[in-house]
Amino acid sequence: MSGSTTSSTVTSNATPSGLTMSNTTRSIHLYGANIDTDVILPGKYLNLYTPEDLGPHCMEGLDPSFIQRVRPGDVIIAGSNFGTGSSREHAPIAIKAAGISCIIATSFARIFYRNAINIGLPVFECADLVAAVKNGDTLEADIAQGLFTVNGVVFQAKAFPPYIQAIIDAGGLVPFVSRQLKQT
Amino acid sequence: MGFTMTEKIFAVHAQSGKARAGDIEVLTPDVVLLNDTSGTITVEQLKKMGVQRLFDSEKVVLVADHFSPPKDVTSADAINLLRGFGNKFGIKNFYESGRHGIEHALLPELGKVGPGGLIFGADSHTCTAGALNACGVGFGSTDLAGVIATGELWVKVPGSIRVDLMGQPGRFVTGKDIILSLIAKIGVDGALNAALEFGGSGLANLNIDERMAIANMAVEAGADTCVFEYDEQVAQYIAQSGWSARQPVKPDPDAVYLARHTIDLSALTPLVAAPPSPANGLPVAQVAETIVHQVYIGNCSNGTITDLRQAAEVLKGQTIAPTVRLIVVPATSAIYRQAAREGLLEIMSAAGAGISLPTCGACFGGHMGILAAGETAISTTNRNFKGRMGHVDAKVYLANAWVAAAAAVAGKIVDPLTIAPHAGRKEAV
Repeated sequence: MSGSTTSSTVTSNATPSGLTMSNTTRSIHLYGANIDTDVILPGKYLNLYTPEDLGPHCMEGLDPSFIQRVRPGDVIIAGSNFGTGSSREHAPIAIKAAGISCIIATSFARIFYRNAINIGLPVFECADLVAAVKNGDTLEADIAQGLFTVNGVVFQAKAFPPYIQAIIDAGGLVPFVSRQLKQT
Repeated sequence: MGFTMTEKIFAVHAQSGKARAGDIEVLTPDVVLLNDTSGTITVEQLKKMGVQRLFDSEKVVLVADHFSPPKDVTSADAINLLRGFGNKFGIKNFYESGRHGIEHALLPELGKVGPGGLIFGADSHTCTAGALNACGVGFGSTDLAGVIATGELWVKVPGSIRVDLMGQPGRFVTGKDIILSLIAKIGVDGALNAALEFGGSGLANLNIDERMAIANMAVEAGADTCVFEYDEQVAQYIAQSGWSARQPVKPDPDAVYLARHTIDLSALTPLVAAPPSPANGLPVAQVAETIVHQVYIGNCSNGTITDLRQAAEVLKGQTIAPTVRLIVVPATSAIYRQAAREGLLEIMSAAGAGISLPTCGACFGGHMGILAAGETAISTTNRNFKGRMGHVDAKVYLANAWVAAAAAVAGKIVDPLTIAPHAGRKEAV
């Protein structure tokens, strides 16, 4: 499996500052509503915590062949309440480590959404895009702008409120807090 | 316009001193809770943040419960990491096997949770604290690293959904059935980004354990948090636990709610939530005769002394079906000792139960009762997602302890009345 190799390459690129990857054509991985974090990263792996260890198990409970198909820069697209259930941050860590560049969903579960923002995994709410996309489509993405093109149609994801944008701009909560601590 | 209980608790903990649904506020909690799965990531993030001292080491509680006692070397390393972090920063509140319990059941016992309190936990079931007129809010590991470093975290104040409980629950109806019926009604996203607030005249008919079972699964409806009204039972509980950090809150009569629901407890029957969603609550009769290979009585929602009493009531003098593995997991060491004093462990062991020390165990597919492909469990836990307790082709049905114990005896899901005609709520018999 190429999982661990992939993860080390992409972890640094998939941050919001990884603009080298904008406006490229990406493959999508399409899922339904209420995808819970147990199927994203099964509980038996919760004694692991590094991206290198978690990445190879991404989506194992729902889609065991995902890890073979996924390529750096791919996008997960899903319905409402993505990331529901357990608060495990292992789930977005695994998704990011597997090489996913961003997740577009109708809506996200609160804790998953915060976790993704905090670790620098871009997440977008865009119900119109989710409704329009189908399996086999590819997608062009300008992640920094939240602009996506599918089959020639352009979609603009919901803008982030300022307090979330500030964390994204800092590159995640770790650099955000580091900066805050230095200022005090 | 009045305030909800959630708004009042958030306001007391807000930097601005106020909280109104929809607003972003920066809050400082009374307690920050980490466990051995979420805490490892928090510790790593704190290192990366370059944190030299914590905002308040007295307010941090570390509970090794998920893979405790360690099931393998990797798990032992994780618990060691958590312990080492506690030692380094002078955190006295470290709890492990034998002197501990499942975090959400343990914190109330320790007096770390109580009326008016706000607890941030790196676990989604932190909402269990709501039973004691507190707000427990679940977060991920990095958010809590931020709180531990700075003492503050931004939160969008949730609007509240009010649930009034009326009447007397029927013979085999428990807190589990009340919350399963609510989730069946509103769905797994029915309270998304909202708080669930419970009150009503029927509340007096539910003890604290049953309220914890309800509060625990608020997150299964997508809720941010959950609060129960304060009453005499809560007052008695905290008189023993020692909580006095905050004052109880009451909702204002003109508080504004997103929605209101009334549940007539006397109209409920025991429910079983079929896989793979906690929203699939069905009357026992509709899933009766389903063969089960494992029965699991425990976890942070239903591993209380009330649950163990219910299970023992059914199992007394019985022998479980030879085809069933019955695992009983008291939620805390104190509950374990209480069950021993009451003779419940003897009754259950004699019936064929395996009794575990407190742990999150198999509830999340960790250890202590993992399911094989094709196996089916009935469990008093809170999640029946695909693969939750082991193999992706195993099935989990959620139910109360009376129903689960009856299934252990019958080897299949049955009406508990057929196994234990003398069991059930005494006031309803």
